[in-house]
Amino acid sequence: MATYEFIEHRYDVVVVGAGGSGLRAALGCAQAGLKTACITKVFPTRSHTVAAQGGISASLGNMGEDDWRWHMYDTVKGSDWLGDQDAIEYMVRNAPAAVYELEHWGVPFSRTPEGKIYQRAFGGMTRNYGEAPIQRTCAAADRTGHAMLHTMYGQALAKETEFFIEYFALDLIMDEGVCRGVTAWKLDDGSLHRFQAQTVILATGGYGRAYLSATSAHTCTGDGGGMALRAGLPLQDMEFVQFHPTGIYGAGCLITEGARGEGGYLTNSEGERFMERYAPTVKDLAPRDMVSRAMTIEIREGRGVGPKKDHIFLHLDHLDPKILAERLPGISESARIFAGVDVNKEPIPILPTVHYNMGGIPTNFYSEVVTKGADGNPDQVVPGLMAVGEAACVSVHGSNRLGSNSLIDLVVFGRSAALRAAEVLKAGATQPEIKPAMTDGHLARFDRFRNASGGTPTASLRLEMQQAMQEEAAVFRTTESLASGVKRLDAVQAKRGDLAVSDRGLIWNTDLMETLELDNLIGQATVTVVGAANRTESRGAHAHENFPDRDDKTWMKHTLAWFDDATGKVKIDYRPVHDYTMTNDIAPIPPKARVY
Amino acid sequence: MVELALPKNSRIQKGRHWPAPAGSGKTKTFKVYRYDPEGTQNPRWDTYEVDVAACGPMVLDVLIHIKNTMDPTLAFRRSCREGVCGSCAMNIGGRNTLACTHGWEEVPGRECAISPLPHMPVVKDLVPDLTLFYAQYASVEPWLHTETPEPQKEWIQSPQDREKLDGLYECILCACCTTSCPSYWWNGEKYLGPAALLHAYRWLIDSRDEATGERLDDLEDPFKLYRCHTIMNCAQVCPKGLNPAKAIAEVKKMLVDRVV
Repeated sequence: MATYEFIEHRYDVVVVGAGGSGLRAALGCAQAGLKTACITKVFPTRSHTVAAQGGISASLGNMGEDDWRWHMYDTVKGSDWLGDQDAIEYMVRNAPAAVYELEHWGVPFSRTPEGKIYQRAFGGMTRNYGEAPIQRTCAAADRTGHAMLHTMYGQALAKETEFFIEYFALDLIMDEGVCRGVTAWKLDDGSLHRFQAQTVILATGGYGRAYLSATSAHTCTGDGGGMALRAGLPLQDMEFVQFHPTGIYGAGCLITEGARGEGGYLTNSEGERFMERYAPTVKDLAPRDMVSRAMTIEIREGRGVGPKKDHIFLHLDHLDPKILAERLPGISESARIFAGVDVNKEPIPILPTVHYNMGGIPTNFYSEVVTKGADGNPDQVVPGLMAVGEAACVSVHGSNRLGSNSLIDLVVFGRSAALRAAEVLKAGATQPEIKPAMTDGHLARFDRFRNASGGTPTASLRLEMQQAMQEEAAVFRTTESLASGVKRLDAVQAKRGDLAVSDRGLIWNTDLMETLELDNLIGQATVTVVGAANRTESRGAHAHENFPDRDDKTWMKHTLAWFDDATGKVKIDYRPVHDYTMTNDIAPIPPKARVY
Repeated sequence: MVELALPKNSRIQKGRHWPAPAGSGKTKTFKVYRYDPEGTQNPRWDTYEVDVAACGPMVLDVLIHIKNTMDPTLAFRRSCREGVCGSCAMNIGGRNTLACTHGWEEVPGRECAISPLPHMPVVKDLVPDLTLFYAQYASVEPWLHTETPEPQKEWIQSPQDREKLDGLYECILCACCTTSCPSYWWNGEKYLGPAALLHAYRWLIDSRDEATGERLDDLEDPFKLYRCHTIMNCAQVCPKGLNPAKAIAEVKKMLVDRVV
């Protein structure tokens, strides 16, 4: 093995990732007087938060009466009762303050005639516990994530946050169950770095690129989840993968749910607004899992549109061109570029597309990573490690996330991580010495992939994984498809030893970076299919055709899945759902049938 | 006498030719700038005969196809692939743009040249070093400055005032404009360039911002702002259809307005 030297760094807190949750966490830690580093593999404004369109949910009540309790009810029901109700209460109660904070930082929200923040309707967001759709989603046209991310990066500059940009995180430094830092590879000079910290906050986003077609960016490879698995930690509820109903047919680019919030609707080949049959009360504004299933059923039953009858139309052509220009300019542009469609005149061809991972690194609502202890404690905190945003599973989204609940998740829990770090850490406290044995494995893995000279190029193994996921763990799953998925993923993970990397350099070696990312993806894809095959019920985004009903008696629990990196074997265990609230201000919302 | 010859190591050599794989459908030639910072060779032009029939419609699809099926060593930045993250800005067929929203059929001729954004140091292949660009962006203090105590809820901003931010806040910091500006090529160390100035105006014109005077003071400098000579390359190339030159003109007007 080549010899590598680490460049050493010591911080109180190291945040990995500079999207919405990473920036919010880093800002908060720095403001609290903790010496904080934020390391990121892309320049902060290129993080995938930038692609969020429709908005951020908070019960501001700018468009008529609203109440955090209604938001809570919708989120619990949207989660199909797999969300932890204490965490959901924490999120929805802190949501308005989080949105005002963003506005005070300068986010260019769209405005009501009175000059307040404009809010639009979104799927599953209702008034008075499910009565009718409500306008709760705060929007900056259809570029809310972009506006937020750029504003938060500006704030980070204002607060002189220390960034390490285009550093690729390799592995967590673990010391008998305690996280002591993280190692990283600096792309522009090829050097390796060891960041020691009292706490590492993983804000690395989702792993949408485990699938062939995803709205997710190429960089959404769930690097934090991969690192957690290699550190011997479990991931939670990974079988729940959200398909966004309106990805552009072919290209997979996102068309915001806000398009339906502004009055858009779906039609099949008969020109029928079929969502009226599936969700009579909220129609096209049903939650994403239900709309994606309805679309899939329409296509399966021969009512898809296009020459192959394999997609659905989204109509915006009846809307006032002025509204489209003012509130949906971004998706009008995307539809033109990627579907060749003028939204003023024609419908947009769309298809359910992988969009979001409800699962992730399990945490409590302080954003501390938890695992199941040897004594059976299901909420045992992993010292020195936090996770936020899509990388984490708090779990506020349960088995199905409501649109616009992710942006609020980012800032509320980014802040919660910073508050907790400020509470439990002492700035500048002494840290134990990092022993070489703690990072030797990181170097060995890095070197092994760098010099990989097998017979399977990275791109071909990635394609094999993505095709397997796309075909076997889709909107609908069956016992047969999932068994096949488990088998195919096992074959994929076994081929990791046969990978071929062509570029042996250390500077901007994207061949190697994509290989390290693929390795991160494979573990997560594997626990996704194994978890899905294991869950013999249907809940939220996990629609199992052999078990079409929700089974609260057996399955109202979180899946925990460990991945043995050496053997590729998956171990499954469970944590109970927190069916209790955070305070006595609201009673727990008991499970019932989920109809809209 | 001033010597205007370029240094020897900036001469681009003829590189490797990658023929179309057997069984290709329609092909197109892509001439791609390559530079290996760890080697001793000068930069080179590699040419790839790409089976475009097997590719998606965009130049980024072609680059990914090259990386996946022909030459995994090619380095370029990319992320969102839908024109919002600004990672894949490069010079395509002589024009700065985003590879992800620029169709390869839009590039005229049989051969399409792809090189990194002009003027910036090259780290590797199509990856430029944007450190200076980012520092200039940071120098305009791209955040809201307020003195008045914050309200309990949001700052009130009328829809008319909010509309003034349209055409500005959408910037994705791809650097297509700044690196296409001849004035920036000449005075890049001191002239802030179109992207940073567009952002300066975005905060100047925000009705919530209370630092207009300080912001204008900071820009009143022979180089930072006034090196814009309305060449307009910025507006020509902006992949988001923004007009930085107009924003710069507005800043100049604000500076005039405050003295008359």
